[in-house]
Amino acid sequence: MIDAENGGAFSRLKSAVGSIGIPTWIIAGLWAIVLSAGYYKGISVETLLSDTIRRVGMNGVLVLAMVPAIQSGTGPNFALPIGISCGLFALITAIEFDYTGASWLIMSILFSIPIAGVVGYLYGKLLNAVKGSEMTIATYTGFSIVAFMCLIWLVVPFSHPNMGWFMGEGLRETIQLDAIKGANVLNNFAIFNIGGEVVIPTSDDEKGQTFVITEIEKKTTTINIKEVEIPEVKGGGITPTFYIGDIKLPTVIGGKGIRIIKTDSTELPAVRRGITIPTGLLLVFAFFSVLVWLFFRSKAGIAISAGGLNPRFAQAAGLNIDRSRVWANILSTMLGAIGIIIYSQSYGYAQLYQAPMMMAFPAVAAILIGGATASRAKISHVVIGVILFQGLLTTALPVTNALFEGTDLSEIARMVIQNGVILFALTQVKRGG
Amino acid sequence: MMLGEENKVDFSSKGIMPWIVDNLVTIIFVVFVLWGFSVSKDIKTYFFLSELCNRIFRNSFLVLSLIIPVLAGLGLNFGIVIGAMSGQAAILLVRYFDIGGMGGFLLCFVIAFFFAAICGYFTGKLYNKTRGQEMIASLIVGFFANGIYQFIFLFVVGAVLIVPATHPMIKPDGVGIRMTVDLKTAEEGGLKYALENIYKIPFIQAILIIAVVILIMMVIVYYLNVKNGQAHKNRPISFCFNAVLCIAAAVFSIHVMSVTPKLFNTVYDLNIVAGSLNEKADIEEITSKLKAIVSELNTEAERADEAMAPKFKAVVSDITSKVIPNLDKPNMQRGVLNLIGSSATKLNNVAIERSPNALVANIAQVTTVPVITGVFIIALCIFTMLIMKTKLGQDFRSVGQNQHIAEVSGINVDRTRIIATMISIVLAAWGQLIFLQSVGTLNTYGAHLQIGMFSVAALLVGGASTSKASVKNAIFGVILFNAMFIISPEIGKSLFDQAMLGEYFRSFMVYGVIGAALGIYVWKDIKKSKLDVE
Repeated sequence: MIDAENGGAFSRLKSAVGSIGIPTWIIAGLWAIVLSAGYYKGISVETLLSDTIRRVGMNGVLVLAMVPAIQSGTGPNFALPIGISCGLFALITAIEFDYTGASWLIMSILFSIPIAGVVGYLYGKLLNAVKGSEMTIATYTGFSIVAFMCLIWLVVPFSHPNMGWFMGEGLRETIQLDAIKGANVLNNFAIFNIGGEVVIPTSDDEKGQTFVITEIEKKTTTINIKEVEIPEVKGGGITPTFYIGDIKLPTVIGGKGIRIIKTDSTELPAVRRGITIPTGLLLVFAFFSVLVWLFFRSKAGIAISAGGLNPRFAQAAGLNIDRSRVWANILSTMLGAIGIIIYSQSYGYAQLYQAPMMMAFPAVAAILIGGATASRAKISHVVIGVILFQGLLTTALPVTNALFEGTDLSEIARMVIQNGVILFALTQVKRGG
Repeated sequence: MMLGEENKVDFSSKGIMPWIVDNLVTIIFVVFVLWGFSVSKDIKTYFFLSELCNRIFRNSFLVLSLIIPVLAGLGLNFGIVIGAMSGQAAILLVRYFDIGGMGGFLLCFVIAFFFAAICGYFTGKLYNKTRGQEMIASLIVGFFANGIYQFIFLFVVGAVLIVPATHPMIKPDGVGIRMTVDLKTAEEGGLKYALENIYKIPFIQAILIIAVVILIMMVIVYYLNVKNGQAHKNRPISFCFNAVLCIAAAVFSIHVMSVTPKLFNTVYDLNIVAGSLNEKADIEEITSKLKAIVSELNTEAERADEAMAPKFKAVVSDITSKVIPNLDKPNMQRGVLNLIGSSATKLNNVAIERSPNALVANIAQVTTVPVITGVFIIALCIFTMLIMKTKLGQDFRSVGQNQHIAEVSGINVDRTRIIATMISIVLAAWGQLIFLQSVGTLNTYGAHLQIGMFSVAALLVGGASTSKASVKNAIFGVILFNAMFIISPEIGKSLFDQAMLGEYFRSFMVYGVIGAALGIYVWKDIKKSKLDVE
C-alpha cells in the first residue's frame, strides 16, 4: 500500500520532471551556475534578483502575446513588431495630447487597443491567406512594418517638445519618459523592499535597533553622520526619499523597507537595497496573465485552441477556424501593443525607429524556454520562461563582466541561447500537411 | 544571361493580369527606379553608373549562391551569412599571418572552402530536421551562428588562443579582433583589391565586350539547337529582339569610344599613378610614367588653341617642377598627392568641355571594370547552368519538386539537400571574399549581417520565387536592386530634403520585397492547390 503510494508519488514526480523540456532544464541550470558564480565573485545576489524581477514584469506581457498566436495554430508571433508599433504609436499620441504620469499610461493603453485591434484584424486576414508558411511571412511582415513605421516616425506631424529633434522634422529615436513623468509609473506603484538596510556607522551603542529615516533628501555622495537624524521608532514615520550619490532609493512605504543599523565604525553609510518588488508592474503582468487564462476558458478561447490543435476536426465540428485565427491574432497584437507600453515605462524610454525590429525573438525564445512548443503554449510557460530567460540575461551581464573584464559575453550568450532555443523548437515542428 | 529559355513576355496563353501578378515585384522596382531617375535632379550619371558597377561586381557572386538551394526545394537560403562568416574567418586567418597578394587571396579561397563546407554540412543537417520551415530556420541559424562567430573572435581569440596584443588586428587589451581590420593593398602584401586590380578596363569597353560575348553565345546556342534537331526550342522573335539589343549596345559603345576625348585616358593614368604612390612604391617606375604623361600633355598643348594651351602648360609645370622632384621625400607625399589630384581634376574639366555631349562625358568618367571579378562571376553563372544538367542537378530538381517522389525513385533526399546547402554556403563564402577584397576593409562584426537579406531581396527583385530561380533572375535582380539602393536616398533628398527618409524607404523596400514575394508565392500556391482539389 505504502509502496504503491510512494511509487505513485514518485511516478507523478517523475512525469512532472519529465514534462519539463530540455531547454528549460538547460537554461535553469545555466542560471543557477551564473548566479552562484556571481555570488562567489561578490556581486549582490539581491540586486541581481531585483533586476530579474523588474525585467520579468517588463517583458512579461510581450511574452504573453505569444500565447494566443501559438494556440490558434499560427505559430509564435514573429510579427510582434506589428503590435509593438501600434503600442508605440498610441504611446506617442498620448504624449502629443499632453497626458502625463499615470493618466498618460492609461490613455496610451486605451489608444493602443483600437489601433492594435484594427491592425491585428488585417494581420490575421493576411495569415489566413498564407497558411503553412506563417512563421516566415510573419517575420518579414514584422520587419516591413518596422521599416514602414520608420517613415511614419519621420513624417508624423506631432509637435510636442519632448518628442521632436532639436532641429529638423520627425520624432526622436528615443523619447525620454521622465520628461512627462511617465517613467516607472507602474514600477513605483506600491514598490517595497525586502531585506534592505542602510548601515550608518555611529558611535552610539544602540546596535541592531531598527529606526526610521526621516526627511533625508541630501544629494551628496558622502552623507555626514551628523547630518542624519535618527529618531526612535514610534508611531510609524514619514516616507523618506533617500539618496546615495545620485541614485535615488526606491520609495519605502512607512520606512519599513530600510533598516538602519548603527555600528561603531566611522565608515560611510552602506546601503543594502534588498530585493525590490515593483508591485504595480507585477500586478499588471498578473492581471493580463489571468485575463488571457480566463479567455482561454471562454467559448471563444476554447474554439481558438481547438482550431489550433486539430484544424480539420474543429472545422468538422462546425467551428470557423479562420475567424478564430483572426481573433487570436487581434488578441496577440493587442497584447504586444500593451506590452511595449509597459516595457517602455519601466525602461524609461520609448524607442522608435529600428529598435522594435528584433524584439519578437527574445519573446519567442522566452515562451519556448518556459516549455511551450511552436503549437502549444500555456500561461505557466510564459511565467516560467520569462523568469528563466530574463533571469539568465540580467545575471549574465554583471557576472560575465566581473569574470572576464571588458568582454560582453552576455550579449553573445543572449544571441546563442535565444536563437538556439528557437532552432530547437523548429526542429520539433511536425511537418504541416 | 539573356539566354533563359522560359519567362519571355508571353501574354497570349495567360493574359496580362497573371503576368503582372507573376512579375509584380520586378515591375514595381523598374517603375520605382525610373521614377527615381526622373525626380532626383542632383544625381550625376557617372556617379550612379560607377556605384552601380562597383556594387554589381561585389554582390553578384553572393546572389548567385542562392540559386541552387531554391532549385533543390530549400527555399531562400538566408543561411548564406554562415558562408559569409566562413569567408571572413578565412580572411582573418590569412591576414593574421600577413600572407598577401594573389597567393594570399587564393589561400583564402581554399581555407574558406573548408570552413564553409563544414558549416554547410551542419546547416544542411539542420534544414533536414526543420523540413517545411527551412526559410525561418535559415534566418535564425544565421543569427545563432553570428553569436558563435562573435564568441570566437571577440573572446576565444585572446582569452583561449593566446595572441600578441601588439598585432595590429588584435584589440589593445589583447583579447578579441578589432572592429575594423584593414586588409592593406595587394602591393603592400595585403588582400585589398587582390582580385580587382589584376586587370581593369574602361566601362564602355566592358559594355562592348559583354554585348559581343552575349551575341556570340546566343548564336552558338541557336545553331546548336538547330543542329541537334531541337529547333523548336529556339524562339526566333525573342532571339532577334535580344540580338538587335546586343548589336545596338555594341554599336553605341564603339561610337562613344570613338568620340570620347583622349584626354580622359591621361586623367585615368594620372589617377593610377596617385593610387600606386605609397611607401613601398617604385619611384623610378612612377617617374617614368609621369614623364610619359607630361609628353602626352605637351603634344596636347601644341595642338590646343590659345585659350586651352596655358591650362596644359600649368599642369605640365606642376608635375615637372613640383611632383617629380619630390616623389622620394616621404614627408612631401601628402602634398604631392594633392597636387596630382588637382591636376587630374583640371584635366578632367578640360576633357568634359571637349566632349561632344554630356552622356559621353559621363560615361568616360565611370569607374573602371574589374575583369577578373567579372570572369569569376561569369564562371559561376556557367557552373550554375551546367550543374543543373548533370545527374546531381537533376536530383536537385526532383527533390525540389517533390521530396516523396524523389525518395521513392531512389534519390537520397537528405544527402542531396545537404549537398545543395553546402554548395550554396561555400559559394557564399567565396562571394564574401570577392566582396571584401573590393571594399578593402573588413568590418569584423558587421560585414556579414545584412548579406542574407540583401542577396535574397536582390534575387526576388530579379523575378525569382521560393521555388524558381535562374541565373538571369540573379543578374537582373542585382542590377535592379542596387539601382534602387543608390537612387533611394537621392529621392528622399530631392523630394523631401531628407536623405534619411530615402534610407528608411530603402530598408522598407528590402523587407517589403521579401515579405511580398513570399506572401504572393504562398497565396498563389494555396489557390492552386484549392483549384486542384476542386
